[in-house]
Amino acid sequence: MSKPLPQPDVVTRHFWSICKEGRFEFQHCEACGHDQFPPRLSCTACHGADLGWRPSSGRGTVYSFTAVHRAPLESFKADVPYVIAIVALEEGVRAMMNLREVDPQDVTIGMPVELFFEPTEGEYPLPQARPRQMYPSETLKIIMNSDS
Amino acid sequence: MASKAVITGVADTAVGKVEGSTSLGLQAEAAAAAVADAGLSLGDIDGVLCAYSFTEPHLMLSSVVSEFLGIMPSYSVAVSAGGATACAQVMQAAALIEAGICRHVLAVCGDNRLTGMSRDKAVAALSEVGHAQFERPYGIGIPAAYALVAQRYMHDYGVTPEHLAGIAVATRKHAMRNPKAQMRQPITLEDVARSKPIATPLRLLDCCLISDGGAAVVISAADAARDTRKRGIEILGAGQMNTHEHIIASPSLTDFGCKQASAQAFGRAGVKPADIDVAEIYDSFTITLLAELESIGFFARGEAGPAILAGALDLDGALPCNTHGGLLSYAHSGAAGGMFHVIEAVRQLRGEAEGRQVASPKLAFVHGDGGILSAHCSLVLGRN
Ligand SMILES: [Zn+2]
Repeated sequence: MSKPLPQPDVVTRHFWSICKEGRFEFQHCEACGHDQFPPRLSCTACHGADLGWRPSSGRGTVYSFTAVHRAPLESFKADVPYVIAIVALEEGVRAMMNLREVDPQDVTIGMPVELFFEPTEGEYPLPQARPRQMYPSETLKIIMNSDS
Repeated sequence: MASKAVITGVADTAVGKVEGSTSLGLQAEAAAAAVADAGLSLGDIDGVLCAYSFTEPHLMLSSVVSEFLGIMPSYSVAVSAGGATACAQVMQAAALIEAGICRHVLAVCGDNRLTGMSRDKAVAALSEVGHAQFERPYGIGIPAAYALVAQRYMHDYGVTPEHLAGIAVATRKHAMRNPKAQMRQPITLEDVARSKPIATPLRLLDCCLISDGGAAVVISAADAARDTRKRGIEILGAGQMNTHEHIIASPSLTDFGCKQASAQAFGRAGVKPADIDVAEIYDSFTITLLAELESIGFFARGEAGPAILAGALDLDGALPCNTHGGLLSYAHSGAAGGMFHVIEAVRQLRGEAEGRQVASPKLAFVHGDGGILSAHCSLVLGRN
């Protein structure tokens, strides 16, 4: 049994095809300015249908996380422990991703992460996250923000 | 205003590992016993509300159960709202009765999740509630989704793993007084801390059981209830709130619809959380109960954990809670898991909770949550 894979449909086809190009995009409501993810047919704020797509910088922070020790499916058993995180992208939307390239013990809420695209057994890669090295100016910005 | 509907009969089957049980059989056994508890016969039932089954799924489960019981209800439908199902069945039954559509409604659920399917199959089936495209490819399961809530809740409100463990220990203490409970051996905070990690910070003893078991409740019109065997327990208020389904779409990881659902139920009943004598609240995981206790307003944010370690949920505590042993230690067999909470509230109000009776309670609060704290339904029940 393989892992559940992305299954593009009329609402998500754009998202997944852009993933193949190495970009993560979320929906933006042209009427009220609301940003949303996962993709929908209409805006969850004003229920209008005039939705466009905006690219994410690929930078975000860990909003919450868990290290999974008991896999829900046979296909994930070889991966335990693996980290599932809810990543808050700097544009304001949140998405679930696995956090790679980190010891589960070292993950903290607020940890800076960056997106990357991981190949799957299927046609589409999955957006994933890994710890992000911060530039000194960015570190300074975070320190200043945490003071305010 | 029409008189409020009353609960006239309750029953549950043996729970835990019930060898040879079937989903349909457990439902039929619970249904017959609940009707008998009310002093009615199956022929008096004119409304049937069923739930769902993992081991014997059917598109029209309510018709299947009625056919099996040999009854022809004038109203019949299946309700499916995960852990909120049982409370939603009772809420809907009350609405049907207060609208004059039914006189005696049977709300029934049951599944043999322990003996009827492997533990792996049950966990895998439950993982299918994850978002197909944006959660399931990441290996999400229900414990992991609740773990995401737990981690954020701990971060924001200073909740510790020991606070969560306190809930498992307090609930086990209740179960030890209940001879029917699936898990009765005493546990300590250290036992919880040493149990297998499932999805950090949740460990095995932070998680609900997987059980066989059936449960049923009869809800009757106030005037019809005069003919029943026992004094009816009034459904004083009910409420719901549904904010999302998938955790990725939840508006918050710390504030949930139980706040609005309970506020509606309290408002309709004309009571406050502080008036409640006994509470039976959905406890699929320790964090579920902690988040609900604080969101509903029984405790201030961050205060439930320390209060529970000091005995707040015990029989003589500020809020005796999950006195049968909850989903953590009594049993959890799908929708029936939530119905056990309803049944325990009724038994407490009737004074039938032998060996674990709260001193003459007048008001009980029951709450169910389905999904990942997604669908919420609250009931306020009263002894009239
Ligand atoms: Zn909009």
